[in-house]
Amino acid sequence: MDQAVGVELPAFFANLFHFSGMLRKAGLTISLEQLIEFQRSLEIIDLRQREQVYFAARGILVKRHEDYGLFDRVFNHFWRAPQPTDRQIGQKTPLAPRHNAPKRQPLNLATLMAQRAREADPALDLADKSGSFSPTEILQNKAFSEMTPEELETIHKLIASIRWQVSLRQTRRRVSNRQGHFLDMRRVMRNAAGVGGVPVKLAWQNRKIRPRPLVVLADISGSMERYSRILLQFCFSLTHTLQEVECFVFATRLSRITPQLRLNSIDRALAEAAQQVADWSGGTRIGQSIHTFNRQWSRRVLRRGAIVLIVSDGWESDDASVLGQEMRYLQHRSHRIIWLNPLLGHQAYQPRVAGIEAALPFIDDFLPIHNLQSLEALSYRLAKLGRRPAPGGLKH
Amino acid sequence: MSSEALNTVDSISAALAEENYIADAGLSTSVFLAIKMGKALFLEGEPGVGKTEIAKVLSNLLHVPLIRLQCYEGLDINHAVYEWNYLRQLLEIQAANQPQATSQPATENIFTEKFLLRRPLLQAIDQSHEAAPVLLIDELDRADEEFESFLLELLSDYQVTIPELGTLKARHTPVTIITSNRTREIHDALKRRCIYFWIDYPSREKEIEIVRLKLPGIAQRLAEQVVDFVQLIRQQELYKSPGVAETLDWAEALGHLNQSQLEPKLVDTTLGMILKYQDDVTKIRGERVRELLGQIPA
Repeated sequence: MDQAVGVELPAFFANLFHFSGMLRKAGLTISLEQLIEFQRSLEIIDLRQREQVYFAARGILVKRHEDYGLFDRVFNHFWRAPQPTDRQIGQKTPLAPRHNAPKRQPLNLATLMAQRAREADPALDLADKSGSFSPTEILQNKAFSEMTPEELETIHKLIASIRWQVSLRQTRRRVSNRQGHFLDMRRVMRNAAGVGGVPVKLAWQNRKIRPRPLVVLADISGSMERYSRILLQFCFSLTHTLQEVECFVFATRLSRITPQLRLNSIDRALAEAAQQVADWSGGTRIGQSIHTFNRQWSRRVLRRGAIVLIVSDGWESDDASVLGQEMRYLQHRSHRIIWLNPLLGHQAYQPRVAGIEAALPFIDDFLPIHNLQSLEALSYRLAKLGRRPAPGGLKH
Repeated sequence: MSSEALNTVDSISAALAEENYIADAGLSTSVFLAIKMGKALFLEGEPGVGKTEIAKVLSNLLHVPLIRLQCYEGLDINHAVYEWNYLRQLLEIQAANQPQATSQPATENIFTEKFLLRRPLLQAIDQSHEAAPVLLIDELDRADEEFESFLLELLSDYQVTIPELGTLKARHTPVTIITSNRTREIHDALKRRCIYFWIDYPSREKEIEIVRLKLPGIAQRLAEQVVDFVQLIRQQELYKSPGVAETLDWAEALGHLNQSQLEPKLVDTTLGMILKYQDDVTKIRGERVRELLGQIPA
């Protein structure tokens, strides 16, 4: 404004583009429009005040609180006060971050998991007698834990073919519907205008129907290791067939893997998801993980009647009472909690694990997830879910 | 004060302070840019950090009306922009059909401004405003995606088209404040049209200043203790941390109880003023309260 901007324009623009380029490389999305707006803002603030430049840049270029830290690093790196005589900072290009881009894991998760499962449990090989080319019918009822890597590969394709559906809910938005229950006055009057102002032809609206949001919390700790690959495939398949899905995995800590699972290639999605996870196959802290979810995510993802799917065997290394308390909180904020337990498939299984005992009063559906058939049963169940059963939780 | 007088970031800070609103450099710069560039200001942050308050303060200091739109699921054009006054339209038609009526056929004039009910967004772009009003779109995260896309359209050129009347465009671009508690992510396309700012909890010094400003009668010692305690509480693992609004409520309540400093028993009985979940209250009450009070400098 009133301050003369003592910058040679071409160099200044070069710098601006260079700056936005660095932000983009750091992972921020910046449109040309935003860049122009930023340039516009520089004309009205006091350029001598670094603070104002910083806040203007951040306000216009950054759209998420999480990105503040990233932005700070790039900003401090780039706008480091130049020498008073040196106005063309853009000439000395700092090394672009691509030179130390994060390394991709060469091994994809699917093979990694299969290998791990074999090493961890050599007894598994004994069950391979049914042969590697089992027909689908045999696979239907075979427990995941007893499958060979080849069989798991087949399962992988079958899981991908399940068309998931989640039960619907009535939203508060109204849409035109001939069988609706609400008069659409705006259309009634507009129709009436054509016939001398007499509302002869009525128009109706109904409430819009949408699938419920689904939130998956999957246990990938040591005791669940042999299922973790199937679990991720399961999450991938849910993410790609349903509209609103959020996926989290946990062992001792909670990680959100939704963005990774949205990638189109399943191998890349699973590999990126695996990188995101800090603690593969450690101990289990279910209560603590659900606590983190409740505190950091529940308000954001448990809205509009969400259904929560927890996949875990319930082995809790912490105090089980924490789990109970967190489950109560979770139950109050979700439409329904479904707990999927791979051990439940075994005939002799009793829910005696302390974790399960603590959580059971707050679970609406306690179901097995140990073979393909149970997955299909789940898909059927999800599509038909009604209201929560009477209070007091589930009697097992 | 008119917006022309607010020519620098510092003048905004000063004007806000005069209205008893303590803003840091980041917020002042954002408000300044929003007004000067005619862009909406998108404020995110935990509940109770003063997101809505800034709109009220701005309307006060600019001496312009505050137009508020509270968002909720299913919010549609009928409630956000305009609706026809159907009852009046029907009466008009009835009247026009009576033998003594002299006017033109009813259908000619039932879609005029006379029958228009102006909802907040239409009010905000109304031609009759002498200066740009403050438009507060509160808790946008509560509205659904359909409304968001509509808003995107409105924010790009501040005009509304009513099929029967034509296009209405704002004479002055409203000073628009959008708040979100972040119960869901708002689409980036919308945020990109705005100046984005995340309001954090204030620092200890700033929060004491706020308490002293809003509650002039409070003893310095009590104000400090209350703020110290609340700041400690925010570091605990809780479902819902208290905002500045809770600090103020609590300090005011303690003032009414004629207390001059925090005692364990007093904190136990009034803990519900700052913690709004029973689980949180149970966790902090008793032993933890004594521990936390022990950490406050005497």
